[in-house]
Amino acid sequence: MNMPDMPGMSTSAPMDPRAGHDDPHADHGTASQPVAEDTRPPNDHVPPPPPQATMHAMTPAEMTESMEMNPSPPLGMLLFDRLERSRSTNGDYATSWEAEGWWGNGIDRLWLKTEGERDSEGTQDARVDVLWSHAWTRFWDWQLGVRQDVGQGPNRQWAALGVQGLAPYWFETQATFYVGEQGRTAARFEASYDLRFTQRLILSPKLELNVYGKDDPQRGISSGLSDVEAGLRMRYEFSRKFAPYIGINWTRRFGTQDDATAASLRARETSWLAGVRIWF
Amino acid sequence: MDMQDSRGVQLPRRRFVQGLALGGVAAGLGLWRGSALAQAGVQRSELRGNHFELEIAELPVNFTGHRRVATAVNGQLPAPLLRWRQGETVTIRVRNRLAVTSAIHWHGIVLPADMDGVPGLSFGGIPPGGEYVYRFTVNQSGTYWYHSHAGFQEQTGLYGPIVIEPRDGERHAVQRDYTILLSDWTDTGPETIYANLRRQSGYYNHGKPTVGDFLHDVGRNGMSQALAQRQMWNRMRMDPTDLADVSAATYTYLLNGQTPAGNWTGLFDAGDKVRLRFINGASMTFFDVRIPGLKMTVVAADGQAIEPVSVDEFRIGNGETYDVIVEPAADRAWTIFAQSMDRSGFARATLAPRDGMTAAVPPLDPRPLLSMADMMGAMNNGDMGHGMSHDMTGMTMDMPGMPPMSMAQESHAPALKTGPEVDMRVATPRSNLNDPGVGLRDSGRRVLTYADLHAVDTPISPRVDREITLRLTGNMERYRWSFDGTLASEAGPLRLRYGEQVRIVLVNDTMMAHPIHLHGMWSELESPEGEFQARKHTVVVQPAQRVSFRVSADAQGRWAFHCHLLFHMAGMFREVVVA
Repeated sequence: MNMPDMPGMSTSAPMDPRAGHDDPHADHGTASQPVAEDTRPPNDHVPPPPPQATMHAMTPAEMTESMEMNPSPPLGMLLFDRLERSRSTNGDYATSWEAEGWWGNGIDRLWLKTEGERDSEGTQDARVDVLWSHAWTRFWDWQLGVRQDVGQGPNRQWAALGVQGLAPYWFETQATFYVGEQGRTAARFEASYDLRFTQRLILSPKLELNVYGKDDPQRGISSGLSDVEAGLRMRYEFSRKFAPYIGINWTRRFGTQDDATAASLRARETSWLAGVRIWF
Repeated sequence: MDMQDSRGVQLPRRRFVQGLALGGVAAGLGLWRGSALAQAGVQRSELRGNHFELEIAELPVNFTGHRRVATAVNGQLPAPLLRWRQGETVTIRVRNRLAVTSAIHWHGIVLPADMDGVPGLSFGGIPPGGEYVYRFTVNQSGTYWYHSHAGFQEQTGLYGPIVIEPRDGERHAVQRDYTILLSDWTDTGPETIYANLRRQSGYYNHGKPTVGDFLHDVGRNGMSQALAQRQMWNRMRMDPTDLADVSAATYTYLLNGQTPAGNWTGLFDAGDKVRLRFINGASMTFFDVRIPGLKMTVVAADGQAIEPVSVDEFRIGNGETYDVIVEPAADRAWTIFAQSMDRSGFARATLAPRDGMTAAVPPLDPRPLLSMADMMGAMNNGDMGHGMSHDMTGMTMDMPGMPPMSMAQESHAPALKTGPEVDMRVATPRSNLNDPGVGLRDSGRRVLTYADLHAVDTPISPRVDREITLRLTGNMERYRWSFDGTLASEAGPLRLRYGEQVRIVLVNDTMMAHPIHLHGMWSELESPEGEFQARKHTVVVQPAQRVSFRVSADAQGRWAFHCHLLFHMAGMFREVVVA
């Protein structure tokens, strides 16, 4: 579709005998003239005519909606990393869990983390963190929120600030600093690694450290490095979302506890365990 | 699971990869028919003429033993072959019988912007129960395809071939002419796949490095080398096995809608020349295609004639098309073998002189590893790696903040910072178009590369008025993809002046190959020296590679420009405005 010259455009243009008259040469799509053959470029390319109808202006959000192409619609995940029954070498049985869930768009997410242990005496030691998490660098998120400790002794509340992410060499890492009431401070560090024997059989070593600024004898906590937990779990992924495991866990508690809790908190404990890792 | 030895695969798993012999639409409808749909000259439903009636609707299918619902056109998967003639005007009425908005995009066709079929840019989409009449003049010829551009409908079966007959007849006379549409079918909903990838980006990677691989390397190369070759990957938190986001862990690969067990068959007679028009209509899969024992002469790429080049194998990215001509001997059958780039599965068909004949199906190649060239680009001292990464002893370079080496074709784009959207940068991208890519570098076969593509005619864009560099960026761990580390919604449109001719330079800052598709205008691929090579609508950029092409901004309107990997597209997207 070539546009006929606009009549009466520039007076300095060379005289065009056709200008201002009805346009007998106008191309009305009569392709019968052999001339049309010659005007085709060797690459056969004919630019398209402009659109007849144009879209009304849209915000980027409306456009994404229209295309059904939101790169990061809100999404959630709930991972029970540990749901296990353990038997210590002293013959004590316990059930413990560690779970984390998140909901958000990938950059800003609401996190829920919980971990705890129950034995014949009831819930021994459990915590729940509720955090706002923000993608900070390539592999790290910073997290801000609160933590509640329940179980033996009085409940404790903390404000939490930490980082979570993937350290070099593929270590899944969390490090969180806590400030509580009565000038209490605490820090928690956790790292784990997946060592694949096959695509489904995975050995996962895990290390957890808790440091406290103050003694809290009612909860069996001493200042400084309070406890260290190291675990080895071998899981078999029947699917990504369902993996039973067996493993062994070592716990070492430091410092002194008051007599009320000394019986139930051993300084050194080794446990065999079996459980399941599932996520949704 | 050793996929290379089907004897070791449990039956359900094998059925899953191989699919049902009589699977697909027929099984979904409870019908039984022969696996060879190819009869002399007729493959399956095709529509020709100037007026087409297409209806998009749900369709029950069964490819794996599980009944599922596909999105199909006129009750067919793939959608019917549309045959057009160059120079004619076609009218296509598309009715939408789905409960959701739909849209058909004519991939690679030059047409007015309101006929391009991209909801939000070309038009509002086709509402449920509604229709849209596409009408445009076809001024090109060759092999193209059409697919949905709404949501993830492409993954559920909405794709079909287009063949446009040249005004002056075909350049290469053949006796048989078949379209070969490759695709990836999944019983899982695409939204679920996308969510799984966002929760765990390696969800479908069942080829991750194992202790056994490490011990094997220690035994072969010694402890220090085995450690050295892993050190950088592990420090960078990059996975050399990350070849495909989605694999045969969920995909069954189809060829013309048939599973490998279904074995689509194309017939030929002694002495026939056979044109095979390959189309990659998959959502997330690169295929490596060969016909063992048979040379293929590639005569067209993306619908555009090229100087014929004889190869054993070619890699085809999502959205690309390649026409090849073969002359099979008529004393046997021949297998068309299209393995996925991650070697997790394959699509397969047979060329045979008589129906029912089959040929051996080759084993899958060993699963390759990304090499240093795929991470470092030209920092690899010219050694383009061998798919296996045992050539990178003692590479202990830091990537961030490295001074770029002076290279003739170094792009001086401002260096991107890394961050949540960008997990790596390539300081010194490579621009070697003669690299067949990971897994094909030392196959011992003659593999087509972009350096082999030479158009038979002149470029549409002889000038370069302006140069625009875009970097392909992503964060695999977070499963986020973008151009220049920003999303379309933040970046706004890329504006081209009507009539200008631009050079677009793409630099791939990721470790995956991305097929980048510009709507409405041709992407005229350049050599590293800036010479015109071939006209394409979809340009694959390999990891750590720099590829440039020229665009003549001669199509007014709003156009989409995006990665054609379906689950990258939402992030790796720009609107291009020509005004």
